[in-house]
Amino acid sequence: MARAQTDERSELDLVAIACLVPSLLYVVLMFVYPFLYGLYASLQPPKGGAWSIANYLAFFSDPYQYRTIETTFALAIPNSVVVVLAALFLAYGMRRGIWMERTITTILVLPISLGVIFLSEGILGFYGTNGWLNQMLIGAGILAEPLELTHNFIGVTLSLFMQQFPFCFLMLLGYISGIDPSLESSARMLGAGPWTVFRRVMLPLIAPGLIIAFALVFVMSFAVFPSAVMVGQPAGSTRTISIAAYQQAFEQYDMSYASAIAVIMGVCQLLALIAIVLVRRRMTIATTMGVGKR
Amino acid sequence: MSDSIGHLRVDITKRYGGKTVLDQLRLEIRGGEFVTFLGPSGCGKSTALGVIAGLIPASAGEVWLDEQRLDRVPPEKRGFGMVFQNYALFPHLTVFDNVAFGLSLQSRPAAEIQERVQSMLGLVRLSGYESRYPGQLSGGQQQRVAIARALILHPRLMLFDEPLSNLDAKLRIEMRAEIKLLHSRLGLTSIYVTHDQAEALSLSDRIVLLRDGVLMQVGTPQEIHDRPRNLFVADFMGFRNFFDVRLGEPAGGFVEGMGRSLKLRARTAQDFSAGPDAIMAIRPDDIRIGKTSDGVNAVRGKVELVEYLGREQEAVIAIDTETRLWLRTAEKVTPGDEIALTLPADKLVLLPRE
Amino acid sequence: MRGRMWKLAIYVFLLGFIINLLGIVSHVMVSAFAKRWFGKPLPPAFTTDWFSYAWTNFELGQVLLITLFIAFTVVFVALLIGFPAAYILARRNFRAKPLLLLLYFLPLLIPQMTYGIPLATTLYKLGIGASVAGVILAVLVPMVPLAVFILLPFFEQISLNLEWSASMLGASRLQIFRRVLLPLMVPGILTAGLLVLVNTISNFELAFLLAGGGSQTLVVALYYNVFAGGVRPVYSIDAMAVIYMVMVLSVLLVALRFVRPTQMVFRLDQPRR
Repeated sequence: MARAQTDERSELDLVAIACLVPSLLYVVLMFVYPFLYGLYASLQPPKGGAWSIANYLAFFSDPYQYRTIETTFALAIPNSVVVVLAALFLAYGMRRGIWMERTITTILVLPISLGVIFLSEGILGFYGTNGWLNQMLIGAGILAEPLELTHNFIGVTLSLFMQQFPFCFLMLLGYISGIDPSLESSARMLGAGPWTVFRRVMLPLIAPGLIIAFALVFVMSFAVFPSAVMVGQPAGSTRTISIAAYQQAFEQYDMSYASAIAVIMGVCQLLALIAIVLVRRRMTIATTMGVGKR
Repeated sequence: MSDSIGHLRVDITKRYGGKTVLDQLRLEIRGGEFVTFLGPSGCGKSTALGVIAGLIPASAGEVWLDEQRLDRVPPEKRGFGMVFQNYALFPHLTVFDNVAFGLSLQSRPAAEIQERVQSMLGLVRLSGYESRYPGQLSGGQQQRVAIARALILHPRLMLFDEPLSNLDAKLRIEMRAEIKLLHSRLGLTSIYVTHDQAEALSLSDRIVLLRDGVLMQVGTPQEIHDRPRNLFVADFMGFRNFFDVRLGEPAGGFVEGMGRSLKLRARTAQDFSAGPDAIMAIRPDDIRIGKTSDGVNAVRGKVELVEYLGREQEAVIAIDTETRLWLRTAEKVTPGDEIALTLPADKLVLLPRE
Repeated sequence: MRGRMWKLAIYVFLLGFIINLLGIVSHVMVSAFAKRWFGKPLPPAFTTDWFSYAWTNFELGQVLLITLFIAFTVVFVALLIGFPAAYILARRNFRAKPLLLLLYFLPLLIPQMTYGIPLATTLYKLGIGASVAGVILAVLVPMVPLAVFILLPFFEQISLNLEWSASMLGASRLQIFRRVLLPLMVPGILTAGLLVLVNTISNFELAFLLAGGGSQTLVVALYYNVFAGGVRPVYSIDAMAVIYMVMVLSVLLVALRFVRPTQMVFRLDQPRR
């Protein structure tokens, strides 16, 4: 009888319900309800009367607005891919421990403490046209013109990378370390080289964790806000959908329209998550079919 | 308090979802008795213990102790002592505080607690270990602390849930003797759960054999060991040779059974009423090598396989293409030998066909 | 041999990352201590004046107080209501459990900007929009689930048998809680508390959407000062950013004494047992 839970599918007694209710109620009241309220508010535009989809029509007929979807996807997807691949690369390489592991993981976690403002200031200072990197490269004669690394896509990607990489790396490190090391050993004994071991044994096992990590990073990237403003080009190439929502809320004071944009943002994220889940389904089928074939 | 008799009466059923884990388990345990629930994993023995303790609510049925109905009484009020498989010592408390835990809940004076804990630690031979933490103790020592912790409260009933499973073989034998000694000194009604035959046979006044929540046989260790009532019990207790036979009329205390290739004669048990279709069973160590003068139950075969076990050997002997016998003997046998065997009639057990 | 190359590649990557980090951090640090700095690799002179400038002009004392008040309130409430919920979720299996876990996970999965706007709208409508209470209520939305998910594995590590043996020894539910569960959950509570603290102090989107007169947290104040109407010298901004970093870094370092870095993030579904 040594375990953490009782076996039975128990009905919840009064004590259990009392334990759950405060936090549950809070999430429902403060998360679910505002969500639904936001949906409702988005359908009550100030100039269109009740139950109108005027906000949504306005959004999709104004290129300045609907382009943000494309912009945001174009920002989020490559960024997520880069972060996850880099995290996978490092986590897989460190799966069996590495020299000074604790120090390295600590160093990688520290960027959390910087905050987005610090990071943005630092990125502007280091990577900017007048920043240290360009000064060094030009001063050493490697470049004639400075690299445009800030106030564009690249700047935002850099900022997002610094914020997301530590978490993604730690998640994958924990996940990969949880895989039975004897699986790898037995594959090697059967004659598989390191690359084959990765491709045919480890990758299928890591895939579920990878998908979750990608989903989390993507969803975070899609909602990027302060970075897009500070090291991007908020009026132009990095005008993300969250900027559009913010402007409607706090510059135009049109909460209804802002809610509509938030809804659209949520729907985009949901669609992306569904797409990711579908890809995962197909991947699982593919790998299991591969096992049958020989 | 242990002044009461400690006479337990249960009739319990337990269902998890659609699965019945205990099926109307009916049992009476007399005061001072040591009863073991024995069976393979998943047979419901630990669940039964949990229901008796009050930790698992029964789906139906009753639990009575002396004249008091206990179903609705929460476990902390039942006054039972319980020892768990993984000891369940509180890791953040010292040995002293662990043993004193129950007493400290009763707000006893410190002097009394001190005296009783010291005395109990002496009883389990752990004097001097008061300020150690469970993490610093060996498995056997931890188990003794767990026992002391339960006993110090003068429980009416002691419950043991596979307490020795986590110990190595040698330690298990030592702890078994300690538990037996404690029982003979204190005389507490005890229910002991295990899957280990040897523990059950050595410790119990009575053994309850369970399979899939159903009671298969209750009896003294001798009864269970020598006179199993059905195929499951016989198989569990070490019978390895089973023959389907058709019984003739019993005569003179014996009955003959016709098997596929054997004719066997067995002593009848008084209460055996099943069949003419039945099973005859015999233990590997009860089979004799050689023939008897009257040639009853004589068998010939060829030795296929021999396993050396130290003092004895275990051999597999082919009687014909489909029948094999397991033999355990101290005599030397070699694979390939032709061998003559006798199955003594009074060692053959009659079992109902299922 | 190829293995060596991969090892090398890993070290190169790490080196690149560290140089990158150092570059970013030191630029801001240098700027915070610079007297004036235009175009040259390093400023000609250093000073600590910008820190006192930032302190007085940005009302840093006030902002810090508010930030800490909000942070500790959030930690207290999140632990208070998250603790019992995590206990039940760790111990019981019931039909609605997967649904509940999903419900708790949503505020962490869905980015704060997405639900922040409707949340802010609702709170403004209730009249507690631009206030300290508003910020606390908003930040609690993702922090309560965070507390629950961090506490859960700590509960699962405490064997049910410990509670059962305490019960058999006569302990009531309250006594089990006080004398067995609580002492054993101290590491969990500490971890959850510290992580909620760090996450609250560094929270931007929700604090930003709910900020108003007098309820700006440090991060939000920083952001506003970057885009404020009047000209704010960049050195003072950087000084303020350094103050922020020092604050969060110290909490982080305390947290790291009790917790491994891998415990600071989600446990993705791992086959346990």
